[in-house]
Amino acid sequence: MNVVIIDTGSANLGSVRHALTRLGVVADTTCDSSKIAAADRVILPGVGHARTAMAELERAGLIGLIGSLTQPVLGICLGLQLLYESSSEGDVDCLGVIPGRVEPLNAGEGLRLPHMGWNQLEWRNNNDPLARGLGPEAWFYFVHSFAAPVEHAVATCCHGDEFAAIVRYRNFAACQFHPEKSAAVGARLMANFLLESRQQEPLTCS
Amino acid sequence: MVAVRIIPCLDVRDGRVVKGVKFRDHRDMGDIVELAERYRDEGADELVFYDITASPQRRSVDVEWIERVAAAIDIPFCVAGGIRDVVTARAVLSAGADKISINSPALERPALIAELAEACGSQCVVVGIDSISEQGRYRVRQYTGDPDNMVDPRTDTERWVVEVQRLGAGEIVLNCMDADGTRSGYDVAQLGAMRRLCQVPLIASGGAGEPAHFLEVFETADVDGALAASVFHSGHIPIPGLKRWLADQGVVTRIDSTISETETAAGVG
Repeated sequence: MNVVIIDTGSANLGSVRHALTRLGVVADTTCDSSKIAAADRVILPGVGHARTAMAELERAGLIGLIGSLTQPVLGICLGLQLLYESSSEGDVDCLGVIPGRVEPLNAGEGLRLPHMGWNQLEWRNNNDPLARGLGPEAWFYFVHSFAAPVEHAVATCCHGDEFAAIVRYRNFAACQFHPEKSAAVGARLMANFLLESRQQEPLTCS
Repeated sequence: MVAVRIIPCLDVRDGRVVKGVKFRDHRDMGDIVELAERYRDEGADELVFYDITASPQRRSVDVEWIERVAAAIDIPFCVAGGIRDVVTARAVLSAGADKISINSPALERPALIAELAEACGSQCVVVGIDSISEQGRYRVRQYTGDPDNMVDPRTDTERWVVEVQRLGAGEIVLNCMDADGTRSGYDVAQLGAMRRLCQVPLIASGGAGEPAHFLEVFETADVDGALAASVFHSGHIPIPGLKRWLADQGVVTRIDSTISETETAAGVG
């Protein structure tokens, strides 16, 4: 299977690559648009600042390409946030694949920011391919201060506000947590993504 | 709800894990990757690797072992010791660490915290603070990795806790030196006092000896995580039992759900 990790210049690229290696997949980390377009699976990772990451994608000439991909794409952490129309982190326009805007997490009284640590999900769609083998008892590792709205969420999480933990839109899926750092359950989620059938692609993306 | 974090701290010297008492008399505890894997399997929520020689000797941290750890384990880990510029921080993060922790270099030059937060994001910038009780006040200590080079930076811990957050620290690890190595419990009075000044996650360090000490620090000082070394390395407190017991006491704790081997995606490639 030909899996590519989009080189967003962010620091967690190596961790994502290692996680895939542990699943038996050697992934190419690249910003070469022809390699990305030809891949069976595309992963959009990211940590850090939305504005910096968008500038990096702009510089690499990938902004139009990512939205036009038709194979299964998985965004991770900031990669999820970049799929939305805009982010209030740096007040920046993002890739515009998923409707909505990323806003600061409102943790409320007694909760710390960043939302850093292991948390559980509330599944809204247990039938999503990413949900296979993962119940409500599974713990995932989060590190973030901004979050996406719940409209297109397959699973949500709460840290004060409820926010999108896993989203799915057309052939795009994304998770706010770090599956590459979420021990066995994270590995299972990444394996679910790799095993996802291309037939999941809806008919709308012709 | 976000779970409390149980964090084994592995002191690293010359590529091996070591442990001393009150920062002295270091004993060899084993290979870094073997211990990291053991703790991951036991349910540690995160690991901290502290290069105890890098800071006092003004050496930069060696990234070779960081890459080995990152390839092997799938839980977050933080690297501390010897990081004093953005270039080194980026190298450590690129090697696979999730967070970097700075202590003495932040006291040397507080602007470093802001530079790292700007370059790498606050979420991966941890500030470690070594604090000692002195004439009724909490005071910061510097270069504690080497008792002969330890420095008193003449700073109140409260002031420093506020300042590092203003500069962009995403997490604080407070090591209470009076308790460290004693196994008589975390310094909950000091941790509770700092908790009230802390909007970012606060991790307790120093003094763990019994499971009850973990319960006490989570319930009394409301910390987000508790770090310990010797009680985990020696096997005195097995992590699976500790976490189950904490969960039974009502502490929100990550108990790893089991995924059967046949269900994992062997042969994905």
